[in-house]
Amino acid sequence: MLTMVLPLATEGEQPNPLLPHTAEIIFGFVFLVLLAIAFAKFFVPRFEKAYADRTAAIEGGMDAAKQAQAEAKAALDKYNAQLAEARQEAAKIREDAREQGAQIIAEMREQANAESERIVTHARTQIDAERAQAVASLRAEVGTMATTLAGRIVGESLEDEARQRRTVERFLADLEASESARQAVGTDG
Amino acid sequence: MIAGVPTEFTPPGPESFDLPPIIDGVSWFTKPVLVSALSVVVIIWFFWGASRKSAIVPSKLQFAGELGYNFVRNSIARDAIGSAEHMKYVPYLCGLFFFILLNNVAATIPLIQFPTFSHIGWAYVAAIMSWVIYNTVGIRKHGAWGYFKHQTMPAGVPVWLMPLMIPIEFISNIVVRPISLSLRLFANMFAGHILLGVFVLGGEYLVFETGNIALAGVGIVTWLMGLAIAGLELFVQVIQTYIFVVLTAQYIGSAISEEH
Repeated sequence: MLTMVLPLATEGEQPNPLLPHTAEIIFGFVFLVLLAIAFAKFFVPRFEKAYADRTAAIEGGMDAAKQAQAEAKAALDKYNAQLAEARQEAAKIREDAREQGAQIIAEMREQANAESERIVTHARTQIDAERAQAVASLRAEVGTMATTLAGRIVGESLEDEARQRRTVERFLADLEASESARQAVGTDG
Repeated sequence: MIAGVPTEFTPPGPESFDLPPIIDGVSWFTKPVLVSALSVVVIIWFFWGASRKSAIVPSKLQFAGELGYNFVRNSIARDAIGSAEHMKYVPYLCGLFFFILLNNVAATIPLIQFPTFSHIGWAYVAAIMSWVIYNTVGIRKHGAWGYFKHQTMPAGVPVWLMPLMIPIEFISNIVVRPISLSLRLFANMFAGHILLGVFVLGGEYLVFETGNIALAGVGIVTWLMGLAIAGLELFVQVIQTYIFVVLTAQYIGSAISEEH
């Protein structure tokens, strides 16, 4: 096609539009090279730098968010661990308190038992002593009174001290024996 | 032509593109040279301002610059060449794209209204530069013989077809590409300009020269249609820019590709 058209340029008066002007080829080359260099040297690196910065900024933000998330998770774990620890401790304290309480109650009970036993023992001893004393004083008084009474009733003076005492002793022994027998029958019965 | 028309209408032709030098005696300083030089100044000025700060949060100007730059970088270069190697060719493709775009669109800008690429020299030089680049990178990548095989012997073609395939592929991939690339751009700009000239000058002739009311009305309709054609031409100007640069990127991509 080109070879068919090109010779026409020499024939007619009309300019052949397919023939280039030399100056325009030179200028076209210079301008295109100039623009390519301007883009290569300045515009492309600057735009790429902006893109790289943007990517870095976004990634940096994402990293920061990730880090914050990790920190929050660590804090949560820590608090959970502390909470579990505290719970465990509380349970232990409750358990201890319960044990201690039980121990205190047992101790108190023991103490009360001992005290009551002591009181009972003491009372019994006292009662025994008082009874023995009463028996002793009664023995003396009852002897005198009985002797006096018997002397008055019988009208005779029982001068013989020894016989007198023997009689009283025998009477009291009888009395005591019958008393004990009665008591034994009472407890058995 | 209708009888009674006083003067003959001469439609615009190739001679319409033969502009006189802007300054008498300086034959090389023509309108396309002035317009393209202005376009270079505008491109550098715009991208200088847009990329000056290279901020993370872009200003409106930087955003506009990034929009244009991104379009060439991603939608043209990366899609055609692949993300591994496209960055090497982005500067040339950007320069090519914005140079052609501004010079094409200049044909629609009032007072300029002349497509630089309707002078075929500009189209030739752009196409030849693209041709040199894609062949050079292809040879550098595959070696001279390897590149010849890469471009002329498609994989999977039986050996007995090779005598047919090699000349066809050679002509289509090596010989015809720069011609088709330059002619496509040139012819579109050339034809668009003539078409607009026909409508505008024809309308002018009908309105002012014929002295016929009916024909003047037709002339006004012609102007309105010329306006619509101008809109269409703007579209063609942008599309042709895109096609030129996409094809260049495609040729580079296929020249350095590993397989067909």
